[in-house]
Amino acid sequence: MEPSSSVLDLGCGDGELLALLVKEKGVKAKGIDINEQAIHECIAKGLSVLHGDIDEGLLDYADKSFDYVILNQTFQQLRKPDAVLREALRVGKEAIVSFPNFAHFSARLQIFFAGRTPVTQSLPHKWYDTPNLHFLSISDFVEYCKMRNIHIKRAEFVSGDRKIHMFPNLLALVGIFLITGGQTGRLEG
Amino acid sequence: MEIVKTKYFTFAHPPHELELENGEKLGPIKVAYETYGTLNEQKSNAILILHALSGDAHAAGFHAGDKKPGWWDNMIGPGKAFDTDKYFIICSNVLGSCRGTTGPSSINPKTGREYALEFPVISISDMVNVQRHLLDHLGIEKLLSVAGGSMGGMQALQWLASYPDRLDSAILIATAAKHSPQQIAFDEVGRQAILADPHWNDGRYYGGQLPAKGLSVARMIGHITYMSDISMSEKFGRRIGNNGRPHKLSTGFEVEEYLHYRGNNFVKRFDANSYLYITKAIDSFDVSGGKDLQEVFRGVGAKMLVLSFKFDWLYPSSQSLELVRAFKLAGVDTTYCEINSTYGHDAFLLEVEEETHLIKHFLENVARGNGAISGSGTVGTRIKIQGD
Repeated sequence: MEPSSSVLDLGCGDGELLALLVKEKGVKAKGIDINEQAIHECIAKGLSVLHGDIDEGLLDYADKSFDYVILNQTFQQLRKPDAVLREALRVGKEAIVSFPNFAHFSARLQIFFAGRTPVTQSLPHKWYDTPNLHFLSISDFVEYCKMRNIHIKRAEFVSGDRKIHMFPNLLALVGIFLITGGQTGRLEG
Repeated sequence: MEIVKTKYFTFAHPPHELELENGEKLGPIKVAYETYGTLNEQKSNAILILHALSGDAHAAGFHAGDKKPGWWDNMIGPGKAFDTDKYFIICSNVLGSCRGTTGPSSINPKTGREYALEFPVISISDMVNVQRHLLDHLGIEKLLSVAGGSMGGMQALQWLASYPDRLDSAILIATAAKHSPQQIAFDEVGRQAILADPHWNDGRYYGGQLPAKGLSVARMIGHITYMSDISMSEKFGRRIGNNGRPHKLSTGFEVEEYLHYRGNNFVKRFDANSYLYITKAIDSFDVSGGKDLQEVFRGVGAKMLVLSFKFDWLYPSSQSLELVRAFKLAGVDTTYCEINSTYGHDAFLLEVEEETHLIKHFLENVARGNGAISGSGTVGTRIKIQGD
């Protein structure tokens, strides 16, 4: 990221990432989170944040008003990921999306051999208390981007603090994508 | 906080009367105000607190001999949200009120008797203009912040519209860009209650019997709208009060006694004509001035903190979100939080802990930006300001 880039973090949580980006990169940061406590923590870090539900179409920003829109581990928790990503790509010149990979080999093994809903390092919750509403794999996301005419500018795959270069859909716990383009306009419903 | 005293500033002496929004002229105008803390050398740490409908200049500290402190004392003082160790806090009584600033109960110098309905119709922007004159008198060019809830928030919005370059930030609590028909309707019932009181006498009741019943009913309606269903259930339940039943159809519930008590108390400290003038100013207020709201705020460099309360049905969060949306589209740096409070509109006076955390950090951030506080959080050299 260039210094003084503008960044919108959707589901910014306690603002740790944004505060880091402000400190290290000098970005102009803005966050949105649904949790009141998260807003308190962000304000304590000196961040400008909005309390609200991204799924409720909170993104009343002008087209391309941010250099980057970040969905850091938020994407899979949205009720309407498709509509929100479309909005993110409208208000942002580029979007950065990270999500846990449901097709990691340990997840596959748990489903295949134990017949259980997988619990992995990047999907640490039990089925009954998970905040995740959508389970997708890295291949799913690549396929989805193709379908929506979204251009993947860069992709990183990680497992813990290791970068994965081969067979990411099998070996990566988390996928991180820098994307742009896509069909513009609001998707209702 | 120590003992505080209300100060007075008079301006707009004829022939230099203040021209009001409706074109009429008014003067002289006396303004009651209080200040807490000290103005720093750069005059960059001043915050103007804006009160709601029935408030006054006495926001914090104690008047000599009083048992009760100012109306926002839990928010203003050393170490509090509006930290008087760091900031210079000003609060003035609004134009049209009856708590020290010129209003319908003041003496009209032209006639030697109370203005009553000879008092011109005033607006929120007239209130703000009067505050601007007070700041000029105090030698403060730019405010670190303006802050207010309810009608106080409307004044803060008007400050943004009228004098955007004189603010570093604004704190808008449980407020609206304009009143909804529902809000106007409640105010109108209050006004009608006063007008229906035979003692109101076309506003000429000074020195005689006051329209106490009418004003008290108006206040009772107000109090219902300031609470929530939950807070009323918790506070009163269906308990029977101590005062018995004055007539056979009275039910004597505690909630009724509370409303009577509030209504009767209000009559002792508030003027019915002021109530009529100020509620009219609130209902007529529309910060957009007929324009697109985002256009009004375009170019505003001040930072915004917008707060609403989940169970405030008088000024619902949707009205705060309308403001937030306009700020976003206008590119104004905005923070918004809906505080999960079961109190209704009253929450802005009651949710001290949440508000303190949010406002304290917000102000520190603004103050670091304008240099009123250095990075480490210490305060620059301070000088005493001379009072009147």
